[in-house]
Amino acid sequence: MALFILRRLGVMVLTALCLTFIVFALTNLEPNLEKLAKNQANSRMTDEQVISWLDARGYNDPMLVKYGRWLGVVPHFTREEGGEVVFSRCANPGTSLEDAGSYCGILQGSWGWSTVFQNDVLEILAVRGNATAWLMLFVMMVMVPGALVLGVLAGMREGSKLDRSLSTISIGTTATPEYVSGVLFIAVFASATFGPNWFKGTATSAIDDITFANFTLPVLTIALYGMGYIARMTRASMTEVMTAQYIRTARLKGVSFPQIVLKHALRNALIAPFTVIMLQFPWLLNGVVIVETLFNYKGFGWTLVQAAGNNDIDLLLGVSIISVVVVLVTQLISDIGYVFLNPRIRIA
Amino acid sequence: MTKLADHAGPILEIDALSISFFTRLREIPAVMDFSVTVQPGEAVGLVGESGCGKSTVALGVMQDLGKNGAVVGGSIKFKGRDLGQMSEEELRDIRGNEIAMIYQEPMASLNPAMRIGKQLMEVPILHDGASEAEAYDMALQVVTDVKLPDPKRMLDSYPHQLSGGQQQRIVIAMALMSKPALLILDEPTTALDVTVEAGIVELVKDLGKKYGTSMLFISHNLGLVLETCDRVCVMYSGEAVEDGAIGEVFDNMRHPYTQALFRSIPLPGADKNSRPLVAIPGNFPLPHERPPGCNFGPRCDYFEAGRCDSGVIPMRDAGPGHHSRCVKFDEIDWNAPIAAPAETSKREIGAPVLKVENLKKYYQVAANALFGGGAEKVVKANETLDFEARESETLAIVGESGCGKSTLAKVLMGLETATDGTITMGNADIQSTPIEGRSTKQVADIQMVFQNPFDTLNPSMTVGRQIIRALEVFDYGKSDADRRERMLHLLDLVKLPRAFADRMPRQLSGGQKQRVGIARAFAGDAKIVVADEPVSALDVSVQAAVTDLLMEIQRDQKTTLLFISHDLSIVRYLSDRVMVMYLGHVVELGTTDQVFAPPYHPYTEALLSAVPIADTSVQKKHIVLEGDIPSAMNPPSGCPFQTRCRWKDRVPGGLCEKDVPPVRHLDGGHQVKCHLSDADLAAMEPVIEVGEAPPAAAAQAGVTSM
Ligand SMILES: Nc1ncnc2c1ncn2[C@@H]1O[C@H](COP(=O)(O)OP(=O)(O)OP(=O)(O)O)[C@@H](O)[C@H]1O
Ligand code: SF4
Ligand code: SF4
Ligand SMILES: [Mg+2]
Repeated sequence: MALFILRRLGVMVLTALCLTFIVFALTNLEPNLEKLAKNQANSRMTDEQVISWLDARGYNDPMLVKYGRWLGVVPHFTREEGGEVVFSRCANPGTSLEDAGSYCGILQGSWGWSTVFQNDVLEILAVRGNATAWLMLFVMMVMVPGALVLGVLAGMREGSKLDRSLSTISIGTTATPEYVSGVLFIAVFASATFGPNWFKGTATSAIDDITFANFTLPVLTIALYGMGYIARMTRASMTEVMTAQYIRTARLKGVSFPQIVLKHALRNALIAPFTVIMLQFPWLLNGVVIVETLFNYKGFGWTLVQAAGNNDIDLLLGVSIISVVVVLVTQLISDIGYVFLNPRIRIA
Repeated sequence: MTKLADHAGPILEIDALSISFFTRLREIPAVMDFSVTVQPGEAVGLVGESGCGKSTVALGVMQDLGKNGAVVGGSIKFKGRDLGQMSEEELRDIRGNEIAMIYQEPMASLNPAMRIGKQLMEVPILHDGASEAEAYDMALQVVTDVKLPDPKRMLDSYPHQLSGGQQQRIVIAMALMSKPALLILDEPTTALDVTVEAGIVELVKDLGKKYGTSMLFISHNLGLVLETCDRVCVMYSGEAVEDGAIGEVFDNMRHPYTQALFRSIPLPGADKNSRPLVAIPGNFPLPHERPPGCNFGPRCDYFEAGRCDSGVIPMRDAGPGHHSRCVKFDEIDWNAPIAAPAETSKREIGAPVLKVENLKKYYQVAANALFGGGAEKVVKANETLDFEARESETLAIVGESGCGKSTLAKVLMGLETATDGTITMGNADIQSTPIEGRSTKQVADIQMVFQNPFDTLNPSMTVGRQIIRALEVFDYGKSDADRRERMLHLLDLVKLPRAFADRMPRQLSGGQKQRVGIARAFAGDAKIVVADEPVSALDVSVQAAVTDLLMEIQRDQKTTLLFISHDLSIVRYLSDRVMVMYLGHVVELGTTDQVFAPPYHPYTEALLSAVPIADTSVQKKHIVLEGDIPSAMNPPSGCPFQTRCRWKDRVPGGLCEKDVPPVRHLDGGHQVKCHLSDADLAAMEPVIEVGEAPPAAAAQAGVTSM
């Protein structure tokens, strides 16, 4: 098992490197850099001025070198004038040139400086990520049990009335994108003009204090969307298991229907959806972006929107690293969980 | 224990039972007017071809016909109580407690994600309110009863960690946990190898006796029914056509279908030249296409228009406890000899066309396929094979699962290349030429007929087109017209109407598809045809026809036939020489007579004894092998058969465990791979002895497998 995890970790690191390189290369393309220069220095710079500005900060070096620096495996760019270091990328505003080390990449924990928020990227990500983690936690708590119960109930008697109504519901929720359901929820549950005003239409206050009123709608919006999909998968898996011969064996042993579902069918039926749930994580990030913007919840997705909108390269890169890691870790968990649930795959 | 009160009468009484399945298109009457009774302690066999409704009867008894099935007539009484009138709760108390069922696929009937122990313990906990500890003790007891090694570890295992035979023992143990009054076995051994099957059958018989359980034994194998049952009921197309005591039905049959069934089975005495099998003409009718009157009418030799096809034919008494559903059974002369078939001359066996020397095929497999890593293991699928095959000869290759039969076929065909040794065909060595590297001639010369006709034909291409494609591959003929002409000839050759050229495979029955497969194999005038279990996927009534066809073409074309099979009766019937394989080794090789008579290799001896024979006059020596076939992944040291051999202690000095025995050459080219001394070999007794046959059975005595 240890060996298996180690191998998977190795593959993971490699994948992470490739993905971040792609993102890094994309954000460091010519037009982006030009925008950056004009943004930071002077929006009326001539083309030559832009080039020299970029040159002076090492932006025009080869992509691989830049990537190495950013990672923290290549010493960072410094400019010397007359043997004296006059510029170091490692020096954030406020630190003196002498204090700045020569390596300052992701590995050293310096994730760069956000131009939008005028703060250290790592710090921003910590705060925002934490906010989103809470959101996700609640989403999972609602979505996973909900979806599994829905799927199992629908799948245990294929074609029954219960199955058909539950299946309709799950198809409905998956077919409704978050921006539609979110707007609908706000209109129905959070406006005085139209129905009950139970919940708040904004989740801004939830950053400091999560309450039932301010968090229910964003959580539901994301959860419902993912729930339908997982429920469908669970249902498919459950109906298949229910027609298996060993279920008939159990029935002909005299096991009662609820016992058959709980003791014989459930574990077998959960093997397939478990993977799906884990793979659902990355998709949730999608919904997070929409919902956080919609409900003005200043989390990870909201940060991503801000960073992208303002060409904040360091922040954008930071966000992508976190996303890549989240995706890869969920994959790993899904693989390990699969092995755990399925006794047929046991590692010697 | 909560059981129904004892009942003086029969355990199970099925009376005029009719069961239908309701599909969107139509009602499918799967079982009609079916009656049978099972007395306490009695074993009743239910035989018939696939689709005749055997399993439906069993599920009807369990009242588990699914959403679309329903009992539409008659009654099923268990210990005098009508199962159809019981509530769901009452039924639950009976299922697994008083009536237990065992079915064909042991792996599929065990929950893959639950430990064996838990699955077993569930029964007493459910029905007797036993505590965990009591249930565990009971489980341990039954697992010991079904003779599984290391019961404690067994209880702790998951189903996939057990072999097929062990799984089936667990399923039997589970059925016996609550000492049921009635045990229903639906083809309990079909998925197993013959030697393993023999062990399971013996176990079921012993346990039945020990616990006094009544049994309903469903099988398509007449021989197996003879070995296990007291009475038998023959089914055809949803109806019982004949029932009675085993001896009565086997020796004094009173229904033409039963007779035809016995005649299509190869006999121990007759051979392919003097008495070919008599195939039942035509095909089995689908439930919604049954003819009026007698279902067997269109295929019956004694059919009489006006009598057989008008009105419902009832079951009638044909002696004490013997019934037949035939209007003419008291007019037919049951002792008439079989219409003498044209005796065909034995063909001359020519020069060797295929020579295999010292052939080895090893597979490298990662110890853990899914996660990679770990030490690589070597599976020795074929170990030093040495044989030759001659022109117009049938060489049978027999052995159980995993013995390397199909690997050999693949290497011969060029689908795999040999690890070592040579294969000489004509005058070229082909052991390391994959099929892409072979010349058109070489490809056309060695062709194959596959086991399953259902997935070797392209479903979206007409039959004629597929044969023409084969001809194109073999570069046959100059023009399309040439090839079309040849294709029509090939259809004639395999006795399919020429109109079939334009049909799609799905419009053909299994036997017809297999004929197309045969036509394709012979398209390029193959010199050697490898037939890998060519009839085992077909119904018994069709098997005989396909086998005969294969023989006939071989006779005309002087083809060398390598006939791969696990079915010794058919092998005995049609082959000139037999090669017995075990775990990749050829353990015995000789003419059919040499192999089927002593001296045997100890494995051949056990194999012969394990084959069920549907003949009341045959006396068989009872040799049941211990345990399962070892995995080819870690074969035993020394002789491959030493883990199960009953002669092992005759060999001094533990030689069997140390050294792989050398090939011994006995008289007349007979080869045996065994350490036994000449004296021991000479002292072996025959396993099968055909005794005095009762008059009617003389014509149909036979080794069976349907
Ligand atoms: N659920 C079902 N729906 C429709 N038809 C069915 C269903 N189950 C069985 N049948 C039909 O009922 C007939 C009897 O089937 P059954 O399974 O009892 O045959 P069998 O004798 O057990 O065959 P085998 O030897 O292949 O097991 C067949 O024609 C089959 O197609
Ligand atoms: S009733 Fe007629 S057709 Fe049917 S089995 Fe008897 S003789 Fe043959
Ligand atoms: S060599 Fe020994 S173990 Fe092998 S078959 Fe002969 S007697 Fe049995
Ligand atoms: Mg069946």
